[in-house]
Amino acid sequence: MAEAAIELIGINKSFGAVRANRDIALEIPRGTIHGIIGENGAGKSTLMSILYGFYQADSGEIRVNGKPASIKTPNDAIAAGIGMVHQHFMLVENFSVLENVILGAEGEALLNKSIAKARSELRRLEQEYGLEVDPDAIIEELPVGLQQRVEILKALYRGAEILILDEPTGVLTPAEADHLFRILQQLKEQGKTVVLITHKLREIMAITDNVSVMRQGTMVATRKTRETTVEELAELMVGRRVLLRVEKGEAKPGAVKLSVKNLTVKDSRGVTMVDDVSFDIRAGEIVGIAGVAGNGQSELMEAVSGIRKAVSGTVMLDGKPIDLTGQADPGELRDRGLAHVPEDRHHVGLVLAFDESENSILGYHDKPQYLKGPFLNLDAIQKDAQEKIEKYDIRPANPRLKTANFSGGNQQKIVLAREIEQDPGVLIVGQPTRGVDVGAIEFIHKRLIAMRDQGKAVLLVSVELDEIRSLSDRILVMFAGRVVGERGPETGEGELGLLMAGVEHKEAAE
Amino acid sequence: MSTPYAKLPAWADYGLIPLINLLVAFVVAGLVVLLVGENPLRAAVILVEGAFGSGQGLAYTLFYATNFIFTGLAVAVAFHCGLFNIGGEGQAYIAGLGIAIVVLAFDSTLPWWVVFPMAIIASALFGALWALIPAYLQAKRGSHIVITTIMFNFIAASVMVYMLVNVLKPAGSMAPQTRQFVEGGQLPKLGWLLAEFGLTVRPSAPLNVSFLLALVMAFLVWVLIWRTKLGYEIRTFGFSSKAARYAGISETRIIIVTMLISGALAGMMALNPIMGDQHNVPLDFVSGAGFVGIAVALMGRSHPAGIVPAAVLFGMLYQGGAELAFEMPNISRDMIVIIQGLVILFAGALEHMFRPAIQGIFASFSPRSVGITATKGERA
Repeated sequence: MAEAAIELIGINKSFGAVRANRDIALEIPRGTIHGIIGENGAGKSTLMSILYGFYQADSGEIRVNGKPASIKTPNDAIAAGIGMVHQHFMLVENFSVLENVILGAEGEALLNKSIAKARSELRRLEQEYGLEVDPDAIIEELPVGLQQRVEILKALYRGAEILILDEPTGVLTPAEADHLFRILQQLKEQGKTVVLITHKLREIMAITDNVSVMRQGTMVATRKTRETTVEELAELMVGRRVLLRVEKGEAKPGAVKLSVKNLTVKDSRGVTMVDDVSFDIRAGEIVGIAGVAGNGQSELMEAVSGIRKAVSGTVMLDGKPIDLTGQADPGELRDRGLAHVPEDRHHVGLVLAFDESENSILGYHDKPQYLKGPFLNLDAIQKDAQEKIEKYDIRPANPRLKTANFSGGNQQKIVLAREIEQDPGVLIVGQPTRGVDVGAIEFIHKRLIAMRDQGKAVLLVSVELDEIRSLSDRILVMFAGRVVGERGPETGEGELGLLMAGVEHKEAAE
Repeated sequence: MSTPYAKLPAWADYGLIPLINLLVAFVVAGLVVLLVGENPLRAAVILVEGAFGSGQGLAYTLFYATNFIFTGLAVAVAFHCGLFNIGGEGQAYIAGLGIAIVVLAFDSTLPWWVVFPMAIIASALFGALWALIPAYLQAKRGSHIVITTIMFNFIAASVMVYMLVNVLKPAGSMAPQTRQFVEGGQLPKLGWLLAEFGLTVRPSAPLNVSFLLALVMAFLVWVLIWRTKLGYEIRTFGFSSKAARYAGISETRIIIVTMLISGALAGMMALNPIMGDQHNVPLDFVSGAGFVGIAVALMGRSHPAGIVPAAVLFGMLYQGGAELAFEMPNISRDMIVIIQGLVILFAGALEHMFRPAIQGIFASFSPRSVGITATKGERA
C-alpha cells in the first residue's frame, strides 16, 4: 500500500453529551479515491469539518503525508494541501470563473498580475486534468456541472494535493456525474488523493478504491471496494439488513384522478418554466417525473398544488377543474383531497421553529378536530401528533420537541405522516428522500407504495433516478420545462439520462 | 441557518441574555456618569430608589410602564407576523382623537365605567385604522411597512396639531388642547392599591385603572399568539411566508389582520395619559412611548411575560431618571435620555452581541446543542 496521504488517529469530538466522533482511526493512502459513507448524523461531516479546520478535535492526531499537522482553520488545511468542494457551492455568482478562482488568493492590490498568473495556471490545469472551463464565463451562466468544476479548480489552484468532495453528485445529471468521475480518475492518476463523501452506494462501487463506513460517530469498517458488495455496505451503515430494492406488485390503475392539460407556468421573472405540459394520473399508480433539478419540476408541482399561479392550461381533480390562473388556494385543494409533500421541507413543508405537534397540523389547522371555536384544541393536537409519531416511528417520540432538532429523515416523516394520514385521493411528493438516511428511505418508499395499493394517485418528483425507476409505474422526463418523453419503469438509466440531458430528444422520443 | 439563535435553553434566552445586556448598558452608562464627575454608584442608588423606593415613585413607575406595555405588545404582535411596526407612536397619537370624541360627548352625562369601555373601543378602532393603510400597502402593493409606518407617524403628528389647534381647542383658550374632561372622563386612580401594601401614595400619583387593562391585554395577547388558530397562522407567516402559502394562509389577510390588532393595542396606550392623568388631550402626549415599545418588545423577546417586566424597567428609567436629574445637578434630563438610549442600544439593537459567546459556553455543556447544527449551517 502506498504511503498515507492522511492519517487520523484517535479522533474524538463531542458536542455536549453527543459524541459526534469517537476514536476515529482512518488511513487514506496517497493517490487513491477513498469513499466515506454513512447515514445522516453518522459523523461524516463532523470528521471532514475537523480535517478541513472548521472544528478542532477534542483529542486525536491528524497526519498529512506522515507528518503531524495542526489544522485550526481552513487556511491551515489549505496550507497543508487539503482542498474541499462543498455540497453547496461557495461561488460568487456574478463573478467570472477567473475572479472566483483567485478570490481569497488575490495577492496584490492590483489584480492584473494575479489574473494573468491564474489564467496560465488554469490553462495548465485544464491540460493536465481535462478540466475545461471558459475562464471568462460568468458563474451564473454556467450549468451546475461546470460550476462544480470551478470549485475543483479553486482547490487545485491553491495547491491541493488532497481533495474532499461532499456529496458531489446530488445536483448532476448521470452524464455530468460520469464526467466528474472521469476527472476524479484523472486526478488520481496524477497522484492526487480524493476523499468522496456520499450516501449513494452505487457511486462508491463505481469509482472508489477503498471505502470507510461510519455509523453513530464510529468508523465501523474500511473495505477495499472490489472486495465488498452494496448489500454489505448498506448493512454496515444501518446496522441491520436493508431492503434496497423496493418490492411492489403490479399496479392496478383505475379512473383518472388528476388530469393536467397544456399547463404553462412562468417564474417571477417571466421565464417560462413549465411549457405546455399534459399528463394524466390514475388511481392506483405512481407517475414519476425524472429530470435534472431546475427543469420545471418544482414549478409544475407548485402550480398543481395551488402554491403558484399558472399562465394557462387546465388541471382537473376528480373531473372537476382547479382554478389555476386565479387565486388558487392550497387550502381548498387540500379539502378536495389533494395533498402535497413539498420539495423544500425546511422552508415550505415545515416551520422549523415550531414544535412537532404544531407542524403536524400545518395546512390542516382549520379542520374542526383541531379547534375549539377560535382556539386551538391543544389536547386533540397533541394526541393526534402522538399517534402519528407512533405510526411513523418518528424519533425522538416527543411532540413538544422543536422540529429543527429532528433529523432530516424524521422531519420528512413528520410531513409524510401529516399529508398521508389525511387520506388524500391524490398525493404530490417532491424529493421524498432528499437528505434522508437509508433506514428512513426504505420506510418512506414502502409508504408510497402502500398509498398506491390503496388506490391513490401519486405524482412523484425526484432528482434521484434510482428512486424514480424503482417506485414509478410510468416515468415522464422533463427537460427545459417540457415533457420530452414517457417511458416504462424498466427503461435503462442510459436512455433516461439522455432524455434528461435533452440530447437527441427527437430520436429518443421517436 | 433559518433558526440560528434557537438553541439556548429558555431561561438563558429569556432571562440571562437580557440581564447581561442590561448590565452592560448600565456599566457604560456608569462611565458616562463618571465622565461628568458624579459617582455612578450613588446615581444608581438614586435611580432605583426614585423608581421603587416610595409609594409615590412606584406609582409613577407603573404609570409609565402602562404606556410601554401597550406599545410593547403592539410591536410584539406584529413581530410574530414578521412585520416591524414602527408606527405605534402615530397610532397611539391618532387614538387620542377617538378618545376625545367619545369622552367630550359623554363625560358630563355618563359615569366613567360606561365611558371607559366606549373609549377603549374608540382608541383601538382609531389606532387600528391608522395601521390599516400601511398594512394594506404592504399586503397589496409591497410597500415596506417600516417606511410607511414611519411616514404615518409624521402624518399623525400633523393631523393632531391641526385637530387640536383648529377643531378641538375650546374657543378663547390659548392652549392647543381639548377642554378638561369632567368626572365621566376621568379614570379612577390605583394609589389605594399600593396603599394596601403599606405604601404612601398621594392622590396626585397618576397610576390608574388602565394599568389593569394593560395587564389584561398582555394576557389576551398571550392567548391570541399561542392558543388560537389566528395566532398559529400569524406565527406560521412570521417564521416562513412560504410555509404559510403552502398551508393555505392568505398573505393579504394575515398581514392586515395582524396590523389591525397591533394598531389597536398601540391605540389603547392613549387611554392611560389622557383619561388617567391629564384629563384632556394635549399635544405630544405619546412622547416617545411608541418607540420605547420597540425596545420593550425586543427586550421582552416578544412574549407578554417578558414585555411586562421590560416595560416596568423602562418605567423605572423614566421615573428614576427624573429623580436623578433632580438630585444630581450635573446630570441633566438629557443624560437620562442617554442612559435610556444605552439600554435600548444594548437590549435592542445589539441584542445578539453577546449571544454567540454565551452559546459557545452552552455548547460545551449542554447536550445536542449549537455545535451540530452549526456544521450544517457552515455547509449550507
